[in-house]
Amino acid sequence: MAVDTPSQSVVKAAGESARGRSRGTGKRRGAPKRSFSTHWYAWAMVAPVTVVIAVIIGYPLVRGIFLSLTDANERNVERSIGVNHIPASYEFVGLDNYADALTGSQFLSTLGWTLVWTVSCVSVTFALGLALANILNRKIAGRGVYRLMLILPWAVPGFVSVFAWRFLYNQDNGLLNKILAGGGIDAVPWLNDPTWAKVSVIATNVWLGVPFMMVALLGGLQSIPGELYEAAEMDGANAWQRFRHITMPGLSSVSTTVILLSTIWTFNMFPVIFLLTRGGPGEATQILVTQAYKFSFEVSPRDFAQSSTWGVLILVLLMLFAAVYRRVLRKQGEVW
Amino acid sequence: MRRGIAATALVAALGVTLAACGGSDSGSDGGAKSSGELSGTVTWWDTSTVGSEDKVFKKVAEDFKKKHPKVTVKYVNVPFGEAQNKFKNAAQSGSGAPDVIRSEVAWTPEFADLGYLAPLDGTPALKDADDFLKQASASTQYKGKTYAVPQVIDSMGIFYNKKIFKDAGVEVPKTIDELKTVSAKIKQKTGKTGLYLRGDDAYWFLSFLYGEGGDLVDAEKKTITVDSPAGVKAFKTVKDLVDSGAAKTDATDGWNNMQTAFKDGKVAMMINGPWAVADTYAGKEFTDKANLGIAPVPAGSAGQGAPQGGHNLAVYAGSKNLDASYAFAEYMTSAETQATIAKELSLLPTRQSVYIKSDVATNEMITFFKPVVDKAVERPWIPETGSLFAPLVTEYTKVLTGQTTPEAGAKATGDGYRKLLKDWK
Repeated sequence: MAVDTPSQSVVKAAGESARGRSRGTGKRRGAPKRSFSTHWYAWAMVAPVTVVIAVIIGYPLVRGIFLSLTDANERNVERSIGVNHIPASYEFVGLDNYADALTGSQFLSTLGWTLVWTVSCVSVTFALGLALANILNRKIAGRGVYRLMLILPWAVPGFVSVFAWRFLYNQDNGLLNKILAGGGIDAVPWLNDPTWAKVSVIATNVWLGVPFMMVALLGGLQSIPGELYEAAEMDGANAWQRFRHITMPGLSSVSTTVILLSTIWTFNMFPVIFLLTRGGPGEATQILVTQAYKFSFEVSPRDFAQSSTWGVLILVLLMLFAAVYRRVLRKQGEVW
Repeated sequence: MRRGIAATALVAALGVTLAACGGSDSGSDGGAKSSGELSGTVTWWDTSTVGSEDKVFKKVAEDFKKKHPKVTVKYVNVPFGEAQNKFKNAAQSGSGAPDVIRSEVAWTPEFADLGYLAPLDGTPALKDADDFLKQASASTQYKGKTYAVPQVIDSMGIFYNKKIFKDAGVEVPKTIDELKTVSAKIKQKTGKTGLYLRGDDAYWFLSFLYGEGGDLVDAEKKTITVDSPAGVKAFKTVKDLVDSGAAKTDATDGWNNMQTAFKDGKVAMMINGPWAVADTYAGKEFTDKANLGIAPVPAGSAGQGAPQGGHNLAVYAGSKNLDASYAFAEYMTSAETQATIAKELSLLPTRQSVYIKSDVATNEMITFFKPVVDKAVERPWIPETGSLFAPLVTEYTKVLTGQTTPEAGAKATGDGYRKLLKDWK
């Protein structure tokens, strides 16, 4: 998407002649060549972006797909150490890795928790963000201060907040358990009990995600004309009816976008899981990306093939999700 | 607007990716001049405990300059838990790897097998090799060549707080059954927990496994033994210690919480090795060093057994300054340096000649640990030894947190090993 933006604007800038030619019917054969001779500057301007994207996205993607079709691991890939050069000796195994992943229990159970994690994070974040945006959209005293404070989690680098949460959750010396102990409550094993660990990682991710939701929805709220609310009030609509029939439809375009983005981000939210629990205790909070990382960097010998297989499966799942989501929205008349 | 968000997200994602890929680019420059005088830089990755051991190692390492004025030693402390992966990343990509790494005994055959280490036979790194303890040298050998120099050797024992034991009126437990009764008595008399059992590192499980007569694998018979009845029993033992309240555990921040709890006198015992001594002495309970007691690990049903561990210094095969690196490895493992380290940090030397020096011979920790090390259980030094912990720690934590049964945990570990060690039974 980002690629075609400059070329479109260039086409527009080129004006009548360009438009006239590209509309030409009949002679289709010389089109690329003619397009190039007319729009060479457009191509020239697009080229750097295309090259950069090809290098930093295209190459790893192709390489990942290739590795997922082999049995590559740490011991059989090519490596050069000083004067020693060890050539690659891995073999092509076709779709075996995919068959193993999809028939084994590990991928499916990890996927199950990843879905629970994504759905709970996105829904709670969205609900909280919506509530906060509505509150902050009113004229209340100190609104600016509240807005600033609620955006703060966003301004702090993610890993810093996650480490701070890790300290808070520490079972023996963490602040949360010290506060609970003050109230006479036993220490909660925040990150040491599988169920509590799941709750803890979701809570941290919600805390990190709310500012984005809130800011996006606040923007949406401010674009809803005030007259609608006035008219509704004149007609005797109560607060819930105004929210249900004006606010919700008015926010639909913003919310569909933020929900899609938030879903993709949460599905692949590596730092929160990795830095809080490393997928533990055991494998209780391991999501697909952290498990793929584990294959590639934590187990030995490092299993590059399996890691890439999981990576490709994650990509496919997210693409399917985006496609279905778009289709559903289109059916509802949403232009996206 | 939406496109703006998407583009921003893309840029942000790329930024993260790039940041993750960019490693440290320490390197070595220069090299030995033909005149024979060493020069250039030697980068050393140390993995010792930060806050206590690292200061001493840094100073000793930088003193290398006194012997070779033209060589600069660049000391880098890499957390022990990350060093294995970090070194593999750097060594494989060929950039950012150190010249010398402090390689844990189990990592050494693995790194050697992957071709990352320079063979040291016939180089100045191996000076007076006959002086090294046989057990310490064992892990440095791979396929008939020597790939590392033994730096320290260790094993495990029970560290206990003498004051708490006196308050509770108990003796040091010799068996696991005694450990349970002692813990119960400590709880009753002082309200404190008996034992801290690290739940996030399977190394702390080994003494229980050996105590039941089990082992991870039997390398001679090419058999996987972790899921034998003895292995299952060991899993049951640790689970029972935690469930009965005799021990407390932590699945995420085990090391820090264990050290804090023990140093502050909140638990009476912990199982640990010489590497924890310097850090423990820094605790407020141990300002009087005599308060720290040490005893052999409690025996299981089959006897008493602690793992033999330690660290070697290995030279990266891709080092641009091999000669200075060899000399540095030799210097760090020389009898003189080992005596300094033993005196300051109570770490066990790997040279026989160091044990008879007066400073070392009177060190309480070293005189305790030396016989323990002599009897300690040696692991097979195969390339996969370094890989055996990843499957084990997952199941160990799962068993301790009640996510799986001891039987299922042992079986899953065994299955993991069979995938790793093809053709083994």
